[in-house]
Amino acid sequence: MAFQIPTVKYSGKINEVPIGPAKVMVGGQNAYSFHTFEGSFPNKPKIALDVWDYDPSEEWPEALRQAFAGVMGDPGAWAGKCVEYGADIVVLHLKSSDPNDKNTGADHAVAAVQKVLDAVSCPVVIFGVDNKDKDVETLSAVAEKFAGKNLILGPVTEKNYKQIGAQALAYGHTVIARTPIDVNLAKQLNILLTGLGLPKDKIIVDPTTGGLGYGMEYGYSVMERISMAALVQQDDNLQQPMISFFGEDVWKSKEANLPTAENPQLGDATCRGVLMETTEAVAVLGAGVSVLSMRHPASVKLVREYVELAYDGGDVKGDLPKVPITEF
Amino acid sequence: MALTGIQIFKMLPGTNCKKCGAATCLAFAMNLASGKAELDACPDVSEESREKLSAASAPPIRPLTIGYGDTAIKIGGETVLFRHEKTFFNPTGIAALINDSESDADIAAKVKRYQKMQYSRVGLNLRPELVVVKGGARLADAAKAVVANSDLSVILYSEDPAALKAAAEALAGKNPLIGPATKANCAEVAAVAKEAKAPVWLKAASMDEVAELTKALTAAGLKDIVIDSGARTVKEVFTDSVAIRRAALGGNRDYGFPTIAFPAEITDNLAMQTAIASALIAKYAGVVVLGDLDGAMVFPLLLERLNIFTDPQRPMTMVQDIYPINNPGENSPVLVTTNFSLTYFIVSSEVEGSRVPCWLLIKDSEGLSVMTAWAAGKFSGDDVGQFVKKIGIEEKIKHKSVVIPGYAASISGDMEEELPGWNITIGPREAAHLTKFLKDYKTA
Ligand code: SF4
Repeated sequence: MAFQIPTVKYSGKINEVPIGPAKVMVGGQNAYSFHTFEGSFPNKPKIALDVWDYDPSEEWPEALRQAFAGVMGDPGAWAGKCVEYGADIVVLHLKSSDPNDKNTGADHAVAAVQKVLDAVSCPVVIFGVDNKDKDVETLSAVAEKFAGKNLILGPVTEKNYKQIGAQALAYGHTVIARTPIDVNLAKQLNILLTGLGLPKDKIIVDPTTGGLGYGMEYGYSVMERISMAALVQQDDNLQQPMISFFGEDVWKSKEANLPTAENPQLGDATCRGVLMETTEAVAVLGAGVSVLSMRHPASVKLVREYVELAYDGGDVKGDLPKVPITEF
Repeated sequence: MALTGIQIFKMLPGTNCKKCGAATCLAFAMNLASGKAELDACPDVSEESREKLSAASAPPIRPLTIGYGDTAIKIGGETVLFRHEKTFFNPTGIAALINDSESDADIAAKVKRYQKMQYSRVGLNLRPELVVVKGGARLADAAKAVVANSDLSVILYSEDPAALKAAAEALAGKNPLIGPATKANCAEVAAVAKEAKAPVWLKAASMDEVAELTKALTAAGLKDIVIDSGARTVKEVFTDSVAIRRAALGGNRDYGFPTIAFPAEITDNLAMQTAIASALIAKYAGVVVLGDLDGAMVFPLLLERLNIFTDPQRPMTMVQDIYPINNPGENSPVLVTTNFSLTYFIVSSEVEGSRVPCWLLIKDSEGLSVMTAWAAGKFSGDDVGQFVKKIGIEEKIKHKSVVIPGYAASISGDMEEELPGWNITIGPREAAHLTKFLKDYKTA
């Protein structure tokens, strides 16, 4: 008797969420990631690149500064560069609005969003600083000013979902619901948001990830459990597509910021950061993530090629980033 | 499949002689069924029953060891599809592929480099363990060059049984993994593995052929078998990896073995090999083989492996201690937090990112995060105060200032009583705000 792969009985599917003015679809899969032999995957995972609303040259490692040299001071030019590098989505982080830091106001946020929207036509995520009151202030202003553009606004948390959710609903935007590494909290926030009247095709969830080597396993397993609840246990309050912001964690880590010469055993600094980002990308994709928020263009290239091959089959081709062998 | 106590009882001698320590054979059978006893405790069980019982109680995926010394690794023995269902037990081995056409000098240089790829983290030493030596004519010499110049363990890769035999002899006592056994050479390779008492790997052309080969090798008396389904595309290697794990856990003994996968033979591009290896470490490979090793590839994969194979039921904790960050001196700030590893990682990475030299004090709080530890009384003012006194930080600093986590703000009063003359400052609630906090903070 010929071998047959023992199958899993799937009973649910991830909701499809159309993002951006052109309604790019995310989600829609009805099986575990990469399990092409037993499910359908109408929309491959999407890759986003980060843009900040101020020039983070002083905080970002060399690898990223090089990739975005000359554009980091201008969110519009920077966003354009992201698209040139192959990003499906641009994430504009309103970092300067942090009350613990530069504390810029809503007008600054609106101006930055305007620059990005003038420069690119792909879906755009507008991301606050996870400060419940400040995010309400900036994201509300952005929601109103750019009514009907179907921006993706986040993070929406248990503490400010009412305000931001209402704005998204009123002005036709999508939201990112963020909860701290917990299946039940993720479910709860989905229920609260749909209770507000926000339709399920307007919600993407961020169950919080954790960096590679810095507790990734907690978020990883929460995401696997969410996938399982959504697909196998048909929990319709957990069937939203997931986004993961691991790129930020990776590039903040000590190892991604260490120059090659300081520890050659860790390899070339740029390549190390890129492969840390790529490694975590492939891992969280496997856990069920539909949108990856990353930072380096070389990671985008690698992960894109990996995703194509994993879903469509075939041999590795294309011009991929090389690993320089570091002697020591 | 697991047997019930009654089923086991029927295979025991039934004399109730008590030599096993149990009052009756039935009691012993019940203990066996619940895993509280080992069959070996009964000296009188028949050979036939012993075989039946050990086959029935064997784990769904055969655990086995490859290699020797510090780099010996155990693979297989897994029981679940998702780590949250229990845990993944035996971390995926990471290997580099070396061709025997490379000169001994080149091989020596490579393996010396690989051996130095060792990284310490949460008290563990992370490193790649294995080298695959591939070829024929020079297999034994190349394998010797690996073990003469490093402590790495070896996987032999040749379809020529004579070459395998010579190389296995050259590696006597080093427990190499030998193969591949294929449809063409299965009997001969089985004989080599048997003689060398070494584990064997097979390379099939299809999932059906995997079963044919495991049956043939088992019939030849081999137990320690590793499967390569032969897949050499990104999509197929993943599919087969899932298929083998599911079949094995479903009780199909023909697939109840750990696997070896070859990103090295899917593409020449090392970065893409790393991506493929990432998927396979998360999803079920026993060993992943890369075309070459560089820290930039290996380090991320080792971190992933550490994360994926951590027992979810037992959160990693840090040892209670003083952790210096960014080379602190006698005027550097002192921060205190709990020993939950995630708390430690987040706080330490923020402090590192801030570039401000600090002393981070990790207090044993039974692996709880700050908020939970505080609520559970494992991070009380008296406790933390006494901890600061006895951990020996006073000998390292010239000030008397300590920063506590914002979520534990209410312990500051009790701490002040415990630490007269000290300045207790309440830090931010979220680690993300530490950089800003440390910029403005001055010790007194
Ligand atoms: S030693 Fe064996 S025969 Fe004797 S009581 Fe125990 S199980 Fe029965």
